[in-house]
Amino acid sequence: MENLLNIFVKSIFIDNMIFAYFLGMCSYLAVSKKYKTATGLGAAVIFVLAITVPLNWVAYNYLLKEGALTWVSESLADVDLEVLKFIVFIAIVAAFVQLIEMIVEKFSPSLYNALGIFLPLIAVNCSILGAALFLPTREYNLAEATTFGIGSGVGWFLAVVSLAAIREKMAYSDVPKPLRGLGITFIVVGLMAFGFMSFAGFKLPF
Amino acid sequence: MSTEVIEKVEVKKETEALFSKKRKSLVSNPMDSDNPITIQVLGICSALAVTIALQGTLIMAFAVMFVVMMANVVISALRNTIPNRIRIIVQLVVVATLVATVDQTLRAFAYEQSKALSVFVGLIITNCIVMGRLEAFAMGNKPWDSLLDGFGNSLGYAWIIIAIAFVRELLGAGKLFGFQVLDKAWYTANGFFATPAAACIILGVIIWILRARSGYVED
Repeated sequence: MENLLNIFVKSIFIDNMIFAYFLGMCSYLAVSKKYKTATGLGAAVIFVLAITVPLNWVAYNYLLKEGALTWVSESLADVDLEVLKFIVFIAIVAAFVQLIEMIVEKFSPSLYNALGIFLPLIAVNCSILGAALFLPTREYNLAEATTFGIGSGVGWFLAVVSLAAIREKMAYSDVPKPLRGLGITFIVVGLMAFGFMSFAGFKLPF
Repeated sequence: MSTEVIEKVEVKKETEALFSKKRKSLVSNPMDSDNPITIQVLGICSALAVTIALQGTLIMAFAVMFVVMMANVVISALRNTIPNRIRIIVQLVVVATLVATVDQTLRAFAYEQSKALSVFVGLIITNCIVMGRLEAFAMGNKPWDSLLDGFGNSLGYAWIIIAIAFVRELLGAGKLFGFQVLDKAWYTANGFFATPAAACIILGVIIWILRARSGYVED
């Protein structure tokens, strides 16, 4: 349990998807103009990460890893399908996002209105695939992987919402003309990343 | 959505020169006035994460170039047979196959570099430049045009990330391509530039310079 809490806090603050790895920047910059849309996309990212990371974990550990197929037959012990991890991971993410979109559209129109337009964007959000690609290098079990997925999503949510809040305020300031929009946003993100770097020195008590 | 564009192109007869003016602009526009990073805001993740040293950045630039060009050609050749509803998945599978090829090649011939780039080679799949060009261009244009478009956009991407890597490696470690160029006797390496946060700020400044030159103002 303590271990899970550790992973959760670590993936939100210390290994923040945006400020430590810079994953999912495209949609991060594109939707952070308004606080409301940022909240919507952030929530969708948490949701999708919480589902696809465990799914990809299962695919990796029972299908792709060397010797993962022993549950089918002992003779497959030295089959290594790791080459296929990109295709499998992205297919799982894309298919799942499509599926979720259809389910949400059918059963919860209000949720669909809130999240629906963001779901297709998420299939190509690097943070989703990035989280999956971190799995082989970190030897998590299923519970840890799920926690890592949720934590990364929360971290992304936090980052996008805070940037949107800053950008809304920034509309009132007199930024030099060529720097307006993208330029100043990058500089703000850089400064925020410095802020988050201070978390790297944290020693978690457990 | 792209059906109108497809029809328009189909009607036109094949009389264009191999390197007509329009086709040259397919390559030259993305370098400056339609740059994928500074204007279209695509492919930011890798631009920030891999630019700590020039060597890795060059490898990344070539990897992206290969994937964008090949994916553009393949998707453009298949564009009339891909059902619209599942086009994202089809595109992703084509791109993922190409990226797996690149990743395996790097592992075979440049293992150290492939280790250093870690997940970012894999993340070329979701690099928005690839998907963006497939959606915006390759789905509605002929293979040769798409190849040129992919070449132009990846060059536009390459020069920006190489510029960032140049500044970061020079000031962050006093080195270029791993060789010490700023003498340690008078230059203390500035760790600030080695952090990805500095990449953000350098990119912001590059955008500032480019837009001040072109007079482009975002509102």
